[in-house]
Parts: sequence; structure tokens; C-alpha cells
Amino acid sequence: MRRTVLPVLAGLALGGAAHGQEPAPPAPPPAAERPVVVGTKIFAESYVLGELFAQILEARGIPVDRRPALGATEIAFQALLAGEIDVYPEYTGTGLLAILGEAPPADRGAAFRRVREAFRSRWGVRWLPPLGFENTYAMAVRPGTADSLGLRTLSDLAEVAPRLTAGFSPDFIGRDDGLPGLRDAYGLEPGDVRSLLQAVKYQALVQGEVDVIDGYSTDGQIARYGVRVLADDRGFFPPYDAAALVGRRLADERPEAVAALTELSGLLDAPTMRELNRRVEVDGDDPAVVAADALRALGLADDGGRARAAGRDRSGSFLDYLWSGRAETWAQTRRHLLLVILSLSAGVMVAVPLGLALERVRGAAEGVIRAVGVLQTVPSIALLAFMIPVLGIGVAPAVTALFLYSLFPMLRNTYSGVRDADPAAVASARALGMTEWQLLRYVRLPLAAPVIMAGVRTAAVINVGTATLAAFIGAGGLGDPIVAGLTLSDTWMILSGAVPAAVLALIVDGGLAVAEKAVSPRGVA
Amino acid sequence: MNARAGVPALHAEGVVKRYGPVTALDQVTLRVAPGECVALVGESGSGKTTLLRCFNAMVSLDSGSVRVGDRDARADDPVALRRSLGYVQQDGGLVPHWTVRRNVALVPWLRGEADADERARSVLELVGLPDDAFGGRYPRELSGGQRQRVALARALAHGPEVILLDEPFGALDAITRSDLQRAFSDLVGRLGVTVLLVTHDLREAMLLADRVAVLREGRIERVAASDDLRRDPGDGYVGALFRRAGVA
Repeated sequence: MRRTVLPVLAGLALGGAAHGQEPAPPAPPPAAERPVVVGTKIFAESYVLGELFAQILEARGIPVDRRPALGATEIAFQALLAGEIDVYPEYTGTGLLAILGEAPPADRGAAFRRVREAFRSRWGVRWLPPLGFENTYAMAVRPGTADSLGLRTLSDLAEVAPRLTAGFSPDFIGRDDGLPGLRDAYGLEPGDVRSLLQAVKYQALVQGEVDVIDGYSTDGQIARYGVRVLADDRGFFPPYDAAALVGRRLADERPEAVAALTELSGLLDAPTMRELNRRVEVDGDDPAVVAADALRALGLADDGGRARAAGRDRSGSFLDYLWSGRAETWAQTRRHLLLVILSLSAGVMVAVPLGLALERVRGAAEGVIRAVGVLQTVPSIALLAFMIPVLGIGVAPAVTALFLYSLFPMLRNTYSGVRDADPAAVASARALGMTEWQLLRYVRLPLAAPVIMAGVRTAAVINVGTATLAAFIGAGGLGDPIVAGLTLSDTWMILSGAVPAAVLALIVDGGLAVAEKAVSPRGVA
Repeated sequence: MNARAGVPALHAEGVVKRYGPVTALDQVTLRVAPGECVALVGESGSGKTTLLRCFNAMVSLDSGSVRVGDRDARADDPVALRRSLGYVQQDGGLVPHWTVRRNVALVPWLRGEADADERARSVLELVGLPDDAFGGRYPRELSGGQRQRVALARALAHGPEVILLDEPFGALDAITRSDLQRAFSDLVGRLGVTVLLVTHDLREAMLLADRVAVLREGRIERVAASDDLRRDPGDGYVGALFRRAGVA
């Protein structure tokens, strides 16, 4: 066993290190050679802006490492503070409300000056001059709803809201500048609120699943579906100027990178941004291609970016599409497997001894197993978010979360497998002079082995599935195309992660089924 | 043997065992002479299995003393004591993933005896299961009667002076049981081994044992030679029990 596993692990680790960046040079690179790590949140505009940042840096000869799809604001900002990323696109209103916890001034300029000062003095984090457009919240309804209820403004909406079902982003529901603020400012209280991701919101609205959604004023989907945006007649939504938010280290050490990023300031107005978003959200263009076209149109880069960003060929069938991306898929699969193997091995090393120990103190067993079972009920995204302040982003928090999820099935099976192993055989062997250790070693453990292995198998399959969520905190794996595809409403992209993940789950399950058979002692049915 | 003449092979004196509020054994005294076969009978819950398990230190006493030959069952290392005795329980209790031969060699192996396998082979022969036909099989490949023969072989493989049997033939059909009882009788007679046998079957007790001890609610109601009991079970509890079972 050991002989075969170690090289596999080593290979995965090497493959993992190469994921998404240039192969590591043999010696530690000088500071200026270190790639600038560009992060984004999980929505199309953030992807496009992230690509614009990345490509302007590359056009100025600065190497870049991309870390897209870092979940919500808290995750991206924590990653910036921790130095896991160097820059990501942020909005002044979000900085004030979600990060500083301050009421924003109504004036755009005042809002920007406030975040710039506060972030610099508190964290040494730097807001570059705004990009030129505002992406504030926009509440949208179907045209039919607007006409039949006579809705033009948010005040109108507040009057009928108790009869409507709202579909809001999870963070909008919780943020002061989201639903709670709307309640205070307009008395707006929808009859029912569903939590919906940006990717499915407009479809849910158009199909009548919900009656009102929160969108963004630069959403390409607004034009596509012809939905009606209601006016913010009391000026509730704060200014949301987009800008590059630059981490302390990059701000202090890399003036040339800061200068390159600043070239974009003031160049993107709202119509331009909406058009870029439409191409990504509606036409399904690759954000990298859209960003390359935008840079060229702005005269900031030549065709190099476009060539590098050329999207995957979609002229053939889905299988052709999958095949054309096989190198990337293989790298993602190896990273995925690395996450699963690391977390599962750590889980086995904890759960199996703990299960054996609990069998010795059965009084405590049910309590401990139940407590570990409660871990299972913590939503994966929440668990991942809790870990960022401690472990940063990337592989470490993902493996830790997967490790915690793997414990329960293995612990439960180890405990009950050893406890229930042929009681008559155990009693006889004890009466004939086996010590407790010998009973465990020669009778109970061999008889429990297939049960324990079944627990490992369950945990492994759960982990293969859950590891797709690791993409939210930059750990890579097959979740990358799934998360990106969800954001971009790109079914092929989603499937290019989901199909290999499903195949991987089947292979892992099949492999462990063979292992389960192999550890089943002979002579036992 | 001679050195121990006069010392009982098994000796319980004033044994008390409580499980919470229940008194399982109440001032029980019993002596079994070397080479003797004594049966413990009684209704369910009378304490017969508890008394048996005092002798291999599977039950800890509340008071009283238990001796096996010249050894004190309470003071001696329980593992060493168990390895010097034989033990068979109702459903055999064979280790399911071990072959018949390895099962039978268990105690010699635990005792670190180099010829464990040899001993297993010869004792398998004694119980009528030649090693070449049965030694490599697994317990579930045997019939119920064959499994009990293996369990008996396992209890004898290290040549113990005393074997403890807890309903060894209880789960078998009538024909198999009577075959096995006969084989058992021959074997212990030949080996001269001391036997303490728990059974709920009074006929079996009379057939196999030299003496029978009747337990009732944790006390020994009567101890008598099998022949005496058969002739005169008496009018009290024991007589009623025997008449109910159709033995007397």
C-alpha cells in the first residue's frame, strides 16, 4: 500500500503546485518576479474586472496568478488582508457598509475619500482611483408586474411587497445596505424571501418563480430580459464606485504594478461596463476574451491578450469541448484528488483511533459521535468562511473543512463495527485467555475492517462532491469550472467540472469497493 | 495428580455475587474432585452460568473465595488462569475468519507453544474431525454439530486439567446432540479431565455427570450423585423440577 500511495501523492502535489500558474522556477524569485495575485468575487463583472487587471499587468510585463471566484466580500477581503491575493475589484459602498460598518455619505466623491483614508490607516490597503462606473443595487420586477401594480419606484414596491416573493442574493439578505436597510428606509417587507444566486436570479424572475429580485445596475441581463428597474426615490442605495483594491505588500513594494492598474482608472463608464457584462452573461463569451477586446478598444494593449485569452473551441459537440480542455481538466482532477486524499488520510488517522477508543468507553461514545455528526450539518460555505481568518485561502482551509466532514461516517462505522464484531467469538476468545489487545488485533479489528472500509468509502464519495466547493476559497479542483460556469450561466463549463467530478466519484467508490472486499476476512460471508 | 490428592480441582466457598439489587449467587459453596464431572442445573436465572464463570475469572466476586486446584481465582492473573482451562459455550464462539485448525490451536498459540498446530491436528482427530478433511475449513462451512466438536477440540488442545462447559450441546438437534454427548462422554472418560457442565437439560445432566448440583435463585438447593437423584429426587423443589421435566 505505502509503496504505491506515496508516489501518487507526490505526483499530485507537484501537479497541484503547477495549477493555474507558471511552473515554479528552481530558486526563490526576486520580489519583482513574484506574480501578482489577482482575485475576484463570484459574479461576471468581477471576473471581467479581474481579467482587465490581470491583462493590463501582463501587457506591462508583470506575471500574474489568477484566483477567481473567492466567494463573498468577506472571503475576498480576508484573502487580501492575509496577503493571499494582491488585488481584487471592490466597490466603495461595499467597503463602507460591509467592511467598515459605516453609513455611507450620499456623495460619490465623499464615499471614495472616506474608504481611501480608512482602509489606508487601518490596514495599509489602498483603493486605486475609481474605474469610472457605479454598480449599485437595482431592484427589478417583470414588466407585467410593474404595469398591473403600477410600480415605478421602491416606495411603490414597499406598498405591495407583502404580496410578493423576493429572490435575493444571500449577502443582500444579510447586509445593512441590502434588505435590512430597505426595511428601514422604505418599510419594504416582502411576503417571502428566497435566497438565490446571481446566476439563476433573472431566470427565476422571468419564469415567475419570484416577483422581485436584487440586481446590479450594470447587469447585462437587465437588457436581455427587458425587466423593469425600479427607481430608488429616497436615495437609499449608497454610491458603489468600482475600483481596484490593492493589498499592503503590492502597494508598498510594486509601484510599477500599481501604475499599470491605475491606467484603467476613469476609463470604464456604465454603458461600457454593461456591454462587457452582456457579452459574458448573455452571449456566453469568455471573460478573458471580453477583457482583452476591451483593453484593445481602450488602446491599452495589443492583440497579445486576445491571443492568450482565446476561449475554448465551442464549434463542435460537448465531447469535443471537453476534449479540447483535457489538459486543464486533468490538472483540476489531480488537484481535486489531492484535496480528497489529504483530507481523507487525515480523517482516517483521527476517526479510526477515536472510534476504537470510544469502544472502550461506550458511555461517552454516543455523545461524541453525535457531536461530530453536528459538524456535518454546518453548511460547507459557512465552514469554509470560518477558516479564512485562521488558515487563509487555498488548499489548507479546504483540506481542513473536508477533513472535518469526513470524520462522521468513518467514526460511526469504526465504533459500531468493532462494537458489533461477532460477540460470541469475542466472548469465547476472551474466556480462553486472549488479552483485550489481542482481541482487538486478531478478532475485532479484522471482523470490523469491511465496516470501517465502508465508512471510508462513504466519506471519500462525500469528499469528492464537497471538494467542488473548495473553488470558493481558491483551492482549485473541479469546482473551478463549476463555479465559473454557474456565474456565467455556461452549461458546458459547469459540465466540464461536474462530469469529471461524477466520474471521479464513481472511480473512487469502485476502487474502495475493491478495497472493502480485499480487507474482508476470508471465511466471513 | 498425586501431589494434589485431597485438593479439589474446583472449589467455591461462600461465594456472593450481586448485580445491582439482584443477588445472582448467595453464599454458594461447591467442590469438584479431580476427574469428576459435575453438572449445574436449574431454571433460567438460577445463577448456574454465573457460578461457572467465577472459575475462569470472568465474574468478579463480591465475597467468598474461588480456587482452581491450588490457585486462587481472585488473586491470580486472570489471563494466565483462563489459558490453563478449557471453555466451550453454546454457540461455539469460534473465530469466524480463522480456519478450524487455527481456532483449535488458539490456546496453545496464546501460551506460546511451538507445536500448537500439531496439537490442533491430533485433538481434531480425537473429536472425529480429521485435520486433512476439516483443518483448512472455515467455521461457517461446517454443520452445527461439527462446530461444537471444533469448540470442544479447542477447549482440549492445550491439555487442560479442567474444562468449563456452558450449554455446549444446547443449540443442536436431538440426534446430533445424542451423538455428541456419547462422543464427549468417551473422550473425557479417556482423558480423565475434570468437567463443570452447565445445562438446562436434566437428562443430559444425569447422563454425563457423576454429580448434579441444583441451583435455585442463587443458592445450591441440593448436590447429589446422579444415580441417587434418579432413584429419589425427593418431594421438595428438586423433586418437583425433575417430575416436571419427566426425568423422575
